[in-house]
Amino acid sequence: MATQEVQLNETLAHLKTESETLKSKLEEERAKLHDVELHQVAEKVEGLGQFVMKTRRTLKGHGNKVLCMDWCKDKRRIVSSSQDGKVIVWDAFTTNKEHAVTMPCTWVMACAYAPSGCAVACGGLDNKCSVYPLSLDKNENLAAKKKSVAMHTNYLSACSFTNSDMQILTSSGDGTCALWDVESGQLLQSFHGHAADVLCLDLAPSETGNTFGQCIQSFETHESDINSVRYYPSGDAFASGSDDATCRLYDLRADREVAIYSKESIIFGVSSVDFSLSGRLLFGGYNDYTINVWDVLKGTRVSILFGHENRVSTLRVSPDGTAFSTGSWDHTLRV
Amino acid sequence: MSNNSASNSSLAIAQKAVKQLRLEASVRRIKVSQAAAELKTFCLQNAHKDPLLTGVPSSDNPFRPPKSCVLL
Repeated sequence: MATQEVQLNETLAHLKTESETLKSKLEEERAKLHDVELHQVAEKVEGLGQFVMKTRRTLKGHGNKVLCMDWCKDKRRIVSSSQDGKVIVWDAFTTNKEHAVTMPCTWVMACAYAPSGCAVACGGLDNKCSVYPLSLDKNENLAAKKKSVAMHTNYLSACSFTNSDMQILTSSGDGTCALWDVESGQLLQSFHGHAADVLCLDLAPSETGNTFGQCIQSFETHESDINSVRYYPSGDAFASGSDDATCRLYDLRADREVAIYSKESIIFGVSSVDFSLSGRLLFGGYNDYTINVWDVLKGTRVSILFGHENRVSTLRVSPDGTAFSTGSWDHTLRV
Repeated sequence: MSNNSASNSSLAIAQKAVKQLRLEASVRRIKVSQAAAELKTFCLQNAHKDPLLTGVPSSDNPFRPPKSCVLL
């Protein structure tokens, strides 16, 4: 018995040293390819002029902090969810509220619009993701048609439809992500690999395959919670925003971080990030109530936008790139 | 014995970690200069299609301040 234990301990130690060597080898390999910085490559690129971005619409109606929002593919509707337990569908052009659903829980942290525009998914502290079909009949009680799709063992932090209305990807405080079939509510695939709560997820722009599942790359350079991740429009890179007050760009093919967007004067965490249509601009919503706009290639800040009276919790560029919307703890959304 | 099973599971965890690291180490990588150049090309190619970059004339802007209707 004792010898078995000794053997076990030896194998454990052996594995530990192997993992340490592999980790340093990984660092080495990545460093070898780091021959130039992104902004150096972009030196010859024309700088961006002054940007004037104004709030065109303010959507008021939530009774508490707005936690999440998503655009409909028709470029004018927005779904937003809030701490007050309500999920509201707005027409951003007219600022009218088209639908409102009251969830049985507070802190609805995630909401998403279905690609067809006919349904919304939302979830939060209830550990579930529910899909509500949107009907044009104002008198119909939407809550009655609700379909519970996902079940996690902790809060739902983010959800997103795949290319169709039939599948939903969810991420949760229980450290996993999962792919579900909307019709049957069945778990199709589950993704492990995170050591702590998963706070955000995003699908690559060209994601059509159904057999993804293995963790193939991992990046660790942020110094604190990563609150938001968003794929670059080409699908070859992604940006992340974190409580360490920086946004970083990671290239998937170079397998490393290629740019950091930060300033000494920015000390508040980033709650959410999104790219403009061409990927040239990176918008970050910060906990100091502002939105910073970064030039992705040059690494410099292009503009800083004010307007919200509390921290910006969510930010999304519209599908056609003509506008972006932000939701905030000040109970409003701005377009 | 409970001691054994605890070490067994930590062994399994360590084995999984090593396997994962091996997988990540074998990922094909390209140089940052090449990746950066491709990102730059993508940006520039799509820049003219980006309304937030090029600005939208007021007449086309769906979010322009609503003009009040005058009922005759």
